[in-house]
Amino acid sequence: MTILVGPNTRVIVQGITGKEGSFHAQRMLEYGTKVVGGVTPGKGGATVAGLPVFDTVEEAVKATGANASVVFVPAKFAAEAVYEAVDAGIQLVVVITEHIPIHETLRFVSYAKARGVSIIGPNCPGIVAPPVKAKLGIMPNNIYQTPGRIGVVSRSGTLTYEISYQLVRAGLGINTAVGVGGDPIVGTDLVEATLMMAKDPDIDAIVVIGEVGGDAEERLAKLYAEGAIKKPLVGYVAGRTAPPEKRMGHAGAIVMLGSGDANGKVKALREAGIPVADTPMEVPQLVLKALKK
Amino acid sequence: MKLYEYEAKEILAKYGVKIPRGRLALTPEEVRKIAEEIGKPVVLKAQVTVAGRGKAGGIKVAKTPEEAEALARQMFGMTIKGLVVKKIYVTEYQEVEREMYLSLIIDRATRRYLFLASPVGGIDIEEIAKKEPEKIKRVYVDPFEGLRDFHVRAIVSWLAIKPGTPQWDQAASIVRAMYRAMTELEAELVESNPLAVTKTGEVVPLDARIIVDDNSLFKHPDLEKAYEEDPRDVTEFERYAQKIGFNYVELDGDVGIIGNGAGLTMSTMDLVYHFGGRPANFLDIGGGASRDVVKEALKVLLRHPRVKSIFINIFGGITRADEVAAGIEAALAETGGTNKKIIVRMKGTNEELGRQMLAKLGIPLYENAEEAAQKAVEAARL
Repeated sequence: MTILVGPNTRVIVQGITGKEGSFHAQRMLEYGTKVVGGVTPGKGGATVAGLPVFDTVEEAVKATGANASVVFVPAKFAAEAVYEAVDAGIQLVVVITEHIPIHETLRFVSYAKARGVSIIGPNCPGIVAPPVKAKLGIMPNNIYQTPGRIGVVSRSGTLTYEISYQLVRAGLGINTAVGVGGDPIVGTDLVEATLMMAKDPDIDAIVVIGEVGGDAEERLAKLYAEGAIKKPLVGYVAGRTAPPEKRMGHAGAIVMLGSGDANGKVKALREAGIPVADTPMEVPQLVLKALKK
Repeated sequence: MKLYEYEAKEILAKYGVKIPRGRLALTPEEVRKIAEEIGKPVVLKAQVTVAGRGKAGGIKVAKTPEEAEALARQMFGMTIKGLVVKKIYVTEYQEVEREMYLSLIIDRATRRYLFLASPVGGIDIEEIAKKEPEKIKRVYVDPFEGLRDFHVRAIVSWLAIKPGTPQWDQAASIVRAMYRAMTELEAELVESNPLAVTKTGEVVPLDARIIVDDNSLFKHPDLEKAYEEDPRDVTEFERYAQKIGFNYVELDGDVGIIGNGAGLTMSTMDLVYHFGGRPANFLDIGGGASRDVVKEALKVLLRHPRVKSIFINIFGGITRADEVAAGIEAALAETGGTNKKIIVRMKGTNEELGRQMLAKLGIPLYENAEEAAQKAVEAARL
């Protein structure tokens, strides 16, 4: 098994006629993802990357049997796209879009959760699952060619690729990598994604990539210390040299009111018994060590 | 966008909160004039958008208009945490019976609005939060249901204010105004610290802070314009970077950092630190950066007086190594070369092409980020 996606995941791309949407629809297809169509209001009837384009998500679902969507819609209209997908019966919505107003995310996440729909993102690289050749996102295809039994959960995009690359180079294949997104409010956070992986029998160890801001790493450490997760976890936290009160690129990456700094997160994880790498390159060794135990 | 105290208070006043009498001054003469109008002791408050200005000498009490003018002369132009004081808010001085704390944030874990209330407040709220967390009450508000009466009652009674008193009504109206500011302006933070009970028995926000979500600014043109006219909390480099389209944060070391993606860039800074160096900055060129963005980013560091070596760490997905190499080439061409050592580590899309282009410039490509970080640290020491 893999988390969130599987062999029956049928994907539509919302905003497929845009620059990002069309480019990544093509890359997802090349990876092997079952992309079945796209949606752009007003562009129904067109074709992108050989895929049919629909005016509404409802039409796309009816015609293609899609059950998942990837949103590349610009920030101003992205919330609208998520509500439309939820109401059309889509079960998993991956929101790649950056710069969505946080109050809007707050509401569409609540709306989706109340209806049993999973949201990944916003401001995220998405999900990739090599064993089922499914990629709902923008990760580079070439890194995720080796299926395996390691889960990767991350708050950062490029750092997901970097650490996945290090894992694969060390001979460790990946089961699922999830970039949960860099915004303060995300549909599925670091803790929730890790708990999903903890329940998957095909995942042996989970790499958790954190960064400054918020308290997800601390909450995860607490759960681990309490015994809620039995599998080995290995951590890495970016931003130990980030100054307080400054936003480090991501909207969510800011140390505020004395909480959320990387060193505190590293400390919390280590005290809970989770090994934390000092550099991305150290991660594979720690995973191999944890697996031997 | 961080609002100034005076802006935050004006917003609360608009929502029906009684705030201390006061006005904004741009010169010592204006400070004196406002103090004369108020006709009582006044407080001079430097308008800078960082916390801790009281301890840094940014808040002073003046008994007379003359004293106010003299203090203002010292205060204008002073630097607080890197920001120059250009505006002073002059308000009537109020004797305080008790200081409280009240803030409203968005809670990441529960994905709800969250009020934090404490019957004791003031400058040491972070200490209180750490040492006596039981003093801080948390009241969660669902974004669909909104603020309800029982929430308001829970907060105001926690502040140790008696029901049925005028203070109760004043405090309740402050709670409601803060909630309105939060939701209508789409803020990330609305805070009053201290929220005070004065000796005359009134509940008054002595200070107010509002941070508006930058991503929602397009819906608030008046704020967008105010930010455009006065970018308040960014340095010159940071402002320039915003215009070009990359993320930049000034740090105090001497190893210049360029990365793509916030996490990788922070990790690159950490690597430099790990090997005994000090990062000079955080510079994230973002996803899929063009050669022009790379060029402008590198030019910033080439000009930067403190930067001795530059470490470029790129993991290409959407970002292409050949575009990055072309950007480096263009920056060097435009600045006429440099004595600063440039260390590049690039992986991913079109890596080989990028390697060939950089080789022509005499810049080798490192395979390993650790090795590259060590080289960058060494080069900064030379």
